Amino acid sequence: MDFSVLLQDIPTLLVVIIGVPAILAAYIVGGEFLVRRLPDKNRPQVRPWIWVGPALILVAGYLLLPAIGTIGQSFENNAGNWVGFNNYASQFADFPQGGAWVAIRNNVIFWLIFYTIFTLAFGLVLAVLFDRVRYESVVKSLIFMPMAISSVALGIIWIFMYQYSPTGESQVGTLNAIITFFHHDPVVWLQDQWPSDKFNLLNNLALIGAATWGITGFSMVILSAALKGIPGELLEAARVDGAGELTVFRRVIFPLMMPTIVVVGTTLVIFALKAFDVVYVMTGGNYNTDVLAFRMYEQLYTAGNSGHASAVAVILLIAVIPVLIFNLRQFRAVEARR
Amino acid sequence: MAAVTYDHVVKRYTADVTVVKDLNVDIKDKEFMVLVGPSGCGKSTALRMLAGLESITEGQIRIGDRVVNNVAAKDRDIAMVFQSYALYPHMSVYDNMAFPLQMQHMKKDEMDRRVKNASKILGLDPFLKRKPRALSGGQRQRVALGRAIVRSPKVFLLDEPLSNLDAKLRGQTRIELQKLHRELETTFIYVTHDQVEAMTMGDRIAIMNAGILQQVGTPGDVYDHPANLFVAGFIGTPTMNFVPVTTSDSTAKASGFEAKLPKSVPAGKGTLGFRPEALTDRQSADGSNLQMKVDVVERLGSDQYLYGQVGSDQVTARVDPRMKVAPGDTAQLGLDTRSIHLFDAESEVAFF
Repeated sequence: MDFSVLLQDIPTLLVVIIGVPAILAAYIVGGEFLVRRLPDKNRPQVRPWIWVGPALILVAGYLLLPAIGTIGQSFENNAGNWVGFNNYASQFADFPQGGAWVAIRNNVIFWLIFYTIFTLAFGLVLAVLFDRVRYESVVKSLIFMPMAISSVALGIIWIFMYQYSPTGESQVGTLNAIITFFHHDPVVWLQDQWPSDKFNLLNNLALIGAATWGITGFSMVILSAALKGIPGELLEAARVDGAGELTVFRRVIFPLMMPTIVVVGTTLVIFALKAFDVVYVMTGGNYNTDVLAFRMYEQLYTAGNSGHASAVAVILLIAVIPVLIFNLRQFRAVEARR
Repeated sequence: MAAVTYDHVVKRYTADVTVVKDLNVDIKDKEFMVLVGPSGCGKSTALRMLAGLESITEGQIRIGDRVVNNVAAKDRDIAMVFQSYALYPHMSVYDNMAFPLQMQHMKKDEMDRRVKNASKILGLDPFLKRKPRALSGGQRQRVALGRAIVRSPKVFLLDEPLSNLDAKLRGQTRIELQKLHRELETTFIYVTHDQVEAMTMGDRIAIMNAGILQQVGTPGDVYDHPANLFVAGFIGTPTMNFVPVTTSDSTAKASGFEAKLPKSVPAGKGTLGFRPEALTDRQSADGSNLQMKVDVVERLGSDQYLYGQVGSDQVTARVDPRMKVAPGDTAQLGLDTRSIHLFDAESEVAFF
């Protein structure tokens, strides 16, 4: 990369290098100076605001204001004229195949259920099994590795995994190589609309599978930490009390991990609702694999309809908020129990 | 109800880390046996091997006539009270106590009867619906006991169950545990590092050090006839006095005095041991008298302990509380040679 461009405007560079830290330092020193002038009893109320102030300003500037702008835009057409709920109406038009319905179904049924359950189940099973493995940290690092891959690379890896060549030709895609080995015809995983084009589970599951592979490490690591938080003596007590390993899991380990499972689960629900990258890279939303976040992107950049895009964004936001609140509450409950 | 036998039991973690070495103990049916020793001596490991929580490297452990080496913990029919109590935090007190019975698929009404019975014995009735979190340390400890007694197991294992209680509660619970043992008529095996618990509760005591069993005997036995220097020093407070001596025939010569020995021993070097209560302000019957330069005087009301120098050796004496003595004084003391011990300097084994 050519860094010489930075040197073309030395004064700006200096302002950035010296000015930004200086302003921060001035803010902290100045804020603290002002707080000290306050009467003793008011200080504890004012001081926290000085410290969270910069964060609040950033959140307001980069999140809150744009969100309000988006909500405004969702009631306007491209020309900026008020159109009421028209943008929303066209998202909810022509049930079940029109508007945003396919995207809504994929998000709220397929992704939300399968992505969440697969990831939780794999994460839990791996956490519990690896807890008894001697090379636990090595194996766990391996499972966690996909988290380090960019989701675009992940999508491309899985395009190869799902690669289709016509019957008779040698199969480059791993999955098709396996199933043709067992004398099954190769499957066009990313396009196959099994069981029907009104309820096309298979290609959606193929996308969800790729995304699950990428996120299982996250769920495993957190669940594994929760598992390690259960005192060993509890499990020993259960064994002495006459419980077999499965009963120990069902009656002791699982209930004690439940709060963490719920937190991870709701986090995954939020991820599921926000799913975008895998769909964008692997199918471009074709063959009824659209999701809300992708539809929002497509409405804005392909269709050039900012009103529709904003409406989709608001629908997504409204879907996520209750889960988010529940998640935060649950997380606080888990923390309080420690 | 069953006897427990450790038969040449060894626990080895790696080739050179052996935590229990050739342990042989016969614990009788209905006996209250205490395994005692400093931390890291292998007593907990010995207990955990019996519970099935650690594998047995060599030897056999038998419960009754059954070799349990390869029996899973859940099939050994034992109950264990853990140091941390290990109560299930997500279950109520009732469910905690009912859990082992549920594992046996016991009928509901029988289960209910047993849990109610145990909670009555332990005074837990008002707390049955609470979670362990909402209980005090002493109450939790009783729930852990309750969970053990509802099953009427063959053997009770207790792994330092009192160490998380405050001193007063510990004293009470000690008495309650003994009562419980009498009522239940079951074998108790109790692990502790506290020799006071061992002395007060055990029918017999097994003293371990560095993975090796030192001595097994009644509290009286191990107190009056310690098998070696370690046992002599571990049992009793204040600890026994140890003085290096040179022996010839039936006298032992220390740096500051000479003591008549009750038996003649081969000439050589040794360690003379005597408890503080054997060194008093009464003159010795056989002339084993000595002079102590007193450093510290400790008055406990019923007793008075003197800490000081005899010759070049540091010793403790227990004298009449009415004796007038101050730090710096020289006290005339007599040694009761009927209760002295002599240990071989090399092997540390007791001659008597």
